[in-house]
Amino acid sequence: MHESSSLSTARSFESIVAGKAPGVRGRYLKDNLARWVVGIGGLGVIGALLLIFVYLLSEVIPLFAPPRVEARQTIQVPGPQVPTVYVAAEEQGEVGMRLTAGGDIVFFDLHTGAVRSIQQLPQANRGIVGVTTLSADTGEVAVQWTDGRISIFRHTYRVTYPDDRRMITPVVEYPYGETPLAFMNEPGHALAVRSERGTLLMAGAARSGEIVLKRYTQEESLFGDVTLQEGPQSRFLPAVKPDILLLEPLLTWLYVIDRQSGKIAFYRLLTDEAPELVEVYAIGSAARDARYLAGGISIIVAQADGIVSQWFPARRPDGTAYLARVRTFAADTDGATITALGAELRRRTFAVGDETGRVTLFYATAGRRLITEKMLDEPVAHLSFNPRAKYLMAVGANGTIRGYDVHNEHPEVSWSALWGRVWYESYDEPRFLWQSSSASADFEPKFSLTPLSIGTLKGAFYAMIFAVPIAVLGAIFTAYFMSPEMRQLVKPTVEILAALPSVILGFLAGLWLAPYVETNLPGVFLTLLLLPLSIPLFGYLWAHLPRKLRYRIPPGWEAAILIPVVVLVVWFCFTIDKSIEAMLFGGNMQAWMDQELGIHYDQRNALVVGIAMGIAVIPIVFSIAEDAIFTVPKHLTLGSLALGATSWQTLTRVVLPTASPGIFSAIMIGMGRAVGETMIVLMATGNTPVTDFSLFQGMRTLAANIAVEMPESEVGSTHFRLLFLAGLVLFVFTFIFNTLAEIVRQRLRARYSAI
Amino acid sequence: MSITNPDARSLVADTRASVASYIKSGQPYIWLTAAAITVAFIITCALLVLTAARGLPHFWPAGLVQARYLQPGAPAVDVLAEIRSREEVTAARLKNAGLPVSEDQPLYERLLIKVGNRDLLGSDFRFVLSDWLVERSYPRDAVVLERMEWGNFHGFLESVRIDGKVVEGEAAWTAYRAAQGRVNELRERIRDIEKVQIGSVNYELERLRLAERRLQIEGKTPQSHPDAYAELAARRKEQDARYQQLREQLVDLNREANRDTVTMRTVDGQLIEMPIFKLVDGYRPNAMGTFEKLGHFFAKVWSFVSDEPREANTEGGIFPAIFGTVLMVLIMSVIVTPFGILAALYLREYARQGPLTQAIRIAVNNLAGVPSIVFGMFGLGFFVYFIGAGIDRAFYPEASPAPVFGTPGLLWSSLTLALLTLPVVIVATEEGLARIPRSIREASLALGATKAETLWRVVLPMASPAMMTGLILAIARAAGEVAPLMLVGVVKLAPSLPLDGNFPFIHLERKFMHLGFHIYDVGFQSPNVEAARPLVYATSFLLVLVVISLNVTAITIRNRLRERYKALDH
Repeated sequence: MHESSSLSTARSFESIVAGKAPGVRGRYLKDNLARWVVGIGGLGVIGALLLIFVYLLSEVIPLFAPPRVEARQTIQVPGPQVPTVYVAAEEQGEVGMRLTAGGDIVFFDLHTGAVRSIQQLPQANRGIVGVTTLSADTGEVAVQWTDGRISIFRHTYRVTYPDDRRMITPVVEYPYGETPLAFMNEPGHALAVRSERGTLLMAGAARSGEIVLKRYTQEESLFGDVTLQEGPQSRFLPAVKPDILLLEPLLTWLYVIDRQSGKIAFYRLLTDEAPELVEVYAIGSAARDARYLAGGISIIVAQADGIVSQWFPARRPDGTAYLARVRTFAADTDGATITALGAELRRRTFAVGDETGRVTLFYATAGRRLITEKMLDEPVAHLSFNPRAKYLMAVGANGTIRGYDVHNEHPEVSWSALWGRVWYESYDEPRFLWQSSSASADFEPKFSLTPLSIGTLKGAFYAMIFAVPIAVLGAIFTAYFMSPEMRQLVKPTVEILAALPSVILGFLAGLWLAPYVETNLPGVFLTLLLLPLSIPLFGYLWAHLPRKLRYRIPPGWEAAILIPVVVLVVWFCFTIDKSIEAMLFGGNMQAWMDQELGIHYDQRNALVVGIAMGIAVIPIVFSIAEDAIFTVPKHLTLGSLALGATSWQTLTRVVLPTASPGIFSAIMIGMGRAVGETMIVLMATGNTPVTDFSLFQGMRTLAANIAVEMPESEVGSTHFRLLFLAGLVLFVFTFIFNTLAEIVRQRLRARYSAI
Repeated sequence: MSITNPDARSLVADTRASVASYIKSGQPYIWLTAAAITVAFIITCALLVLTAARGLPHFWPAGLVQARYLQPGAPAVDVLAEIRSREEVTAARLKNAGLPVSEDQPLYERLLIKVGNRDLLGSDFRFVLSDWLVERSYPRDAVVLERMEWGNFHGFLESVRIDGKVVEGEAAWTAYRAAQGRVNELRERIRDIEKVQIGSVNYELERLRLAERRLQIEGKTPQSHPDAYAELAARRKEQDARYQQLREQLVDLNREANRDTVTMRTVDGQLIEMPIFKLVDGYRPNAMGTFEKLGHFFAKVWSFVSDEPREANTEGGIFPAIFGTVLMVLIMSVIVTPFGILAALYLREYARQGPLTQAIRIAVNNLAGVPSIVFGMFGLGFFVYFIGAGIDRAFYPEASPAPVFGTPGLLWSSLTLALLTLPVVIVATEEGLARIPRSIREASLALGATKAETLWRVVLPMASPAMMTGLILAIARAAGEVAPLMLVGVVKLAPSLPLDGNFPFIHLERKFMHLGFHIYDVGFQSPNVEAARPLVYATSFLLVLVVISLNVTAITIRNRLRERYKALDH
């Protein structure tokens, strides 16, 4: 007995039916197999859907990763042991360049410090008193000799691949000839040289405190030879002591900076006359150093109080130019003096070095301090980025060179840059701007998500304004008043609208509705005004019709008799529309609005998008809201009616309070759809990222922005990742909205079943 | 049954008192709710009617009106045009546009007419004021010629030159029709040689080039592997010979096709001779009877769905777009169906029902509401740049630097849309599974079937209509979706279809055309929007028709299903 029972339990592991028939094992094998396949497949699919979120996140996270620097081997200054006046590093971060006070150009290996080659500038024996860059990107450098003359050379690097190995050969060229150009008759200081559209302009300070300017004009012959035409020299006495001169690349502005008193004199350069002083600005403390940022618009000034300030020319509302102090950066030097400034060549990143050997990296537009690193044990004398900004060279006052590999891919991102008003170069005030793409490195990228977010909310807002009344009121009638036969026809018809591809709605909105609304604007407003008014009026008249006529319409079919009414009212509005426009608005309502109200009208505007996207949202909101109202338990309404309430009272006091969470979730889901809708917005708005809520202007939404810019975005760039951030925001936003709505609905369902 | 008081014949009828009591009774609000659903209903119907009403007339041969346009202060112009649309415009707007209208008349009727002859007049469309278009007539011999380039030609047939012989008069029309038929046949043959046969030669040559590159990458030189290189050379020679032969055929055919010409007279008297080979079709709309027009209509509809686009997609058919859409949706269905059903089975039948499963269910459900552009980004970033580039590195080193799978294409589009529509299939299948009464499963288990057998033999067959519904809804969604596809694979003009006679026949890496994108592209990016507009409406109408019939099918299946299980519940 005991034995048999244990036998039966053992067998029950196999099967409850305990068959010994052949094939049973196979069947269980199959059963288990199915369990595994479904389990793995199902979890895999769910995992794949989860992957979307993980992937979006993985593309976004590097945006917020802090910048890093990695030190290379410390090396001693290579070549002749005379002071260094200029350093640079080439694109790949392999070869460095050092210009000595003696006029030797030393090319050296940035890893080992080994000298690659030494070239001497012509006239080198005289000694260099000043050095400046014409243009950092082309590698053109000007030096001033003790006799006051100027030599201009260019250091470039030829990359060849003999035997599939990269070889970099440094080359020195003389774009303006090897003979030094006449400038001053004495060793000047504060040299500044720029070349722009055939004009070479030199500026320098003489011992007398005067500023000397000299122009050369370049002429290119038919054969491509460049000849320099020497122009006259001019002198003027600046308003402040000229310690540092900065010349704008376009040769419009000249900045004269007085170190000790901390003053900037801002001059406008004129071709034939002496420069005109615009204004003198006090920076607040003594100035240490100043230089241009990439792009040639902003200057940064290192101050004695440990602050670096950024300045650029802007315009006052009356149109006059002034020098704006745009933002300041606290170098956090603990009182240490700033001794060196270095700027990236293609982005607005700059480095600040102090006397303790500490170097701090900032990004100007984002107003952001990126990283602080103690790079040297001596005061920093020179800081130089290579053109790709992957390498930073710090040269100490005592001749130590330390190179750093810089990992700083996304300095442009900060909270204030993404969401705040930012004062961009060439603008007169801080603004919200999204301008992502430009071919030129001089362009300051403008990554404000505010206009896009506002555009998204604006579109969704107007769409909801249009859709919610129609959808929710329609749902109320359909679920509560409509006869079942009519409901069977109406509900699927409206729901079909949800299946209408949004590209068709967008196309109709952009190419049919937008021009139609533009030419029939009074009719549109008339419809919005008259339609809601005429319906109750019709109801009143209806109640006064003879009973016989009224009883012909079965209960619950009221909506059907309204079809001709609505059509008639709309037709009437658009028929008299032109006459109204001709009578009231001088025949052109847009012009009238522009003149009388100051409202600018775009053809593709929020009104059109609101209607089109509203139509896309109506069926969604309608369907869910209708379900919520329809499933309100019948005994509740019947009870209310039995107690003598009218049907309207029952609706507002019993049905709607019960169904309101469902209606709410319907609106939320509709909102989610409106926020993420792409094609309609893409086609029916002008896609201009403006920051306003005007009904008559366009917008650019996050989703449309992704569709427009994603295909052209460079993989891995800040722009690319910001688009993913926009996508992630959309994802999370709609996901949260939908989840909330779903939870509300499930609770509602539970409550209904409890009643 | 209605919820209202059963005594009342109508729920809004019984208050016949003052305005105040009318408002107090709530009747105005009820009327407003009724109006809301009326408006929603009208919008739905109006949209459908609008696309149809704007799209279909494109195929109908519209009459050509000959008239004289007398704009004050400008020389009179003769026009032969088709009236496209008419609208009322205020005098102020017209004045703004620089027209010498009189202030006394506040409103003018403005016509949009299609004058054709873009090569002569600069643009095929112009706005005219109805009042100034005088001496209108509909000449029976006015001819519309559809051309390969420059849009339609409007004019009168002067003479036809067939094989050197000139035919004039009424016989010219018959001769032209015959010549047109002959040329169209020749064009088909030329197209076949150019696209299909030479295309396959080029494809073969490209494959040989890649094979050679591959040999080089593998380090096999002509010295070490002479056989392999010799074989490649032989095959290349073969293809070159085939190409030469085709080339000669093509020259002959082209000479044949360019033989005949037609001389046309424009409305202002210019004589223009053009080769019939440059024409697609010609007809005399004013001389056509209703039946002829109907025949023309259906012929045009057919060529619309079966021809390739011409002139930057603004003329011709949309066959490649239809084909691309269908193929993409098919591949997507093949991917989405099994995985969607597996996930639904797991969630409903195998996973332990608890808060976690419930959370997953809600999450999956909500993915259906995530903006489609986000899926597109994911597809571009993950499939194209990550997986696609990985595949290229591993399997197609010889094609580098040109990407094979590392660029948007058909496969990635299908996968992206499969991901996008997975929630639809999962939700629908789950719903179907949930509807099957427990008693049926229990009966099957009680009879000794295993769980897998119950699922396979009992549950799945019963749930199949639900799966079908899910799949149809997924297809409908995918067919209309454009935003993600713009990132992962559609193009405005694909040089070749992703399915052809060249091995391996289906080219998953190719880019393709899509109906929805076609609408966006032609409607918004085309140089001649006015000319393209009817075509876009027609495309829209087709797309709406497809999507709505799919949805109606799904709804019908779902309703039948509900009926069936209602019976089972007892």
